[in-house]
Amino acid sequence: MALDKSEVEKIAHLARLRVSEAESDEVANRITDILTLIDQMQSVDTDSVEPLAHPLDVVQRLRKDKVTETDQREKLQALAPDTQDGLFLVPVVIE
Amino acid sequence: MIEKTVAELSAALSAGDVSSVELTQAYLARIAKHNATLNAYITVCEKPALAQAQKADEARADGASGPLLGIPMAHKDIFCTKGVKTTCGSKMLHNFIAPYNATVVEKLKTAGTVMLGKTNMDEFAMGSSNETSHFGPVRNPWDTDRVPGGSSGGSASAVAADLCAIATGTDTGGSIRQPASFCGITGFKPSYGRVSRWGMIAFASSLDQAGALSKSAEDSALLLNAMAGLDLKDSTSIDRKVDDYTSSLNDSMDGLKIGIPRQHFTEGLSADVEQVIRDALAEYEKLGATIKEIDLPNNHLSVSAYYVVAPAEASANLSRYDGVRYGYRCKSPIDLEDMYKRTRSEGFGDEVKRRIMVGTYALSAGFYDAYYRKAQKIRRLIKNDFNDAFKEVDVIVGPTSPHTAFELGAKTDPVAMYLEDIYTIAVNLAGLPGASIPAGLAKGLPVGMHLVAPDFAESKLLNIAHQFQSNTDWHKRKPPICDGEG
Repeated sequence: MALDKSEVEKIAHLARLRVSEAESDEVANRITDILTLIDQMQSVDTDSVEPLAHPLDVVQRLRKDKVTETDQREKLQALAPDTQDGLFLVPVVIE
Repeated sequence: MIEKTVAELSAALSAGDVSSVELTQAYLARIAKHNATLNAYITVCEKPALAQAQKADEARADGASGPLLGIPMAHKDIFCTKGVKTTCGSKMLHNFIAPYNATVVEKLKTAGTVMLGKTNMDEFAMGSSNETSHFGPVRNPWDTDRVPGGSSGGSASAVAADLCAIATGTDTGGSIRQPASFCGITGFKPSYGRVSRWGMIAFASSLDQAGALSKSAEDSALLLNAMAGLDLKDSTSIDRKVDDYTSSLNDSMDGLKIGIPRQHFTEGLSADVEQVIRDALAEYEKLGATIKEIDLPNNHLSVSAYYVVAPAEASANLSRYDGVRYGYRCKSPIDLEDMYKRTRSEGFGDEVKRRIMVGTYALSAGFYDAYYRKAQKIRRLIKNDFNDAFKEVDVIVGPTSPHTAFELGAKTDPVAMYLEDIYTIAVNLAGLPGASIPAGLAKGLPVGMHLVAPDFAESKLLNIAHQFQSNTDWHKRKPPICDGEG
């Protein structure tokens, strides 16, 4: 499965990454190499095999629907690039 | 003193032969001398370490004891450490001061360890050579032109060069075992779910597991005793009794059935590494073990399946780095999309971006069955291979890596780098415990022997590793950088 530039652009957008025109060929080639490696698994018939999602086939543990977290807004927002009045600031979304 | 194992240091501390402060000072001096060359630490915590050592000495004077009390150690920079920079080897988190401790860090703090600092690693644990770190490559103390392996390369280099007594690491596809092999130390990865992942920065959630890089199997057992156990904050942590992993270290090897996978002794394995492993297997035979060839027929598919599962999970996990709540944000974004895209493109390195894109592709509309679901089916086949093998043998033994440590810059092709983990990766897909122990030298460089046991047979695995170390001295060999120093 060889990727072309437009597919790389599409994937990059889905992943919210920017691939410049200059790196685009290199990125497409590298990802194509990786997909070729991955495609080795297509040679095996797995129609009757159950997928294994968890290595030990364990199911998710559920907890009681109860508030356990305390308010740590100030402590956590101290890490943020930009905040105001307890809110995280991002560039203007709606004028 | 700094070259000693944790078990030996612990005895010296309780006998009063040395204090934790003295030990901590000795390691800090050693770090000051060698870290500029090795680049094993991203952050060194000199003052807090001395304060913790002081506290450990006072606690001991007050009657406290414990095998890890006052032991100076290092944490891989993937574990959140409260008030201390936690970078995960990435520009994305270059300024991130974790607001809390990972469960592993908290447990080891409670056990009385002293944190010397945070060790270098491949960015977000994606790499097998420690060359993808934003903070520069780590060097192998056996030959500083060579890589230490990865992704826990800083921890491995630090333990091998006596820049700490023991260190934590994480292993998603071989990231504890392969660097342990390259640096001539013991690396131990427990079963998936044995150790909490809470506060351990996520790479591939169904594969990631924390473990130890140590100077002996006994030391790994001591660390695991303090690290293991159920944590309700990690929903995949296993609710299962924690053994005393030191209690069966001395069990006899008589009658032990060792399986050696034919698939791990084929072309691609360097001849000198194979010879070292065959000689090591002969040691086990002398101790009463029997050797039998086994098959892991789907092993050759493990790298392919892994490079779907791991990137897919990584693309989901790393979507949190958006420049909004913490970490790096690009300068002067023009709008929200520009902020996301530039933050992520500038904050992540090339390998991380490649894996995010592969994972995003595999999970994108229309491809799920062909990639992620297919890989999970292969994963079942790989697990079944191990289940079948363990009906016949107690442990599976082979080389950890096809060769010894390679030179920095020698592998620029990502796929060639991925194949580095050909013997270790299936173990993560199956969730099994695995270890690498020093088995000998090839052209002066360490060779690691890979040991794999059934689910939760950590005690047995450590016993088997310890018995080899009780009858050989390969784990005591020191890199040239340690020559002539106490």
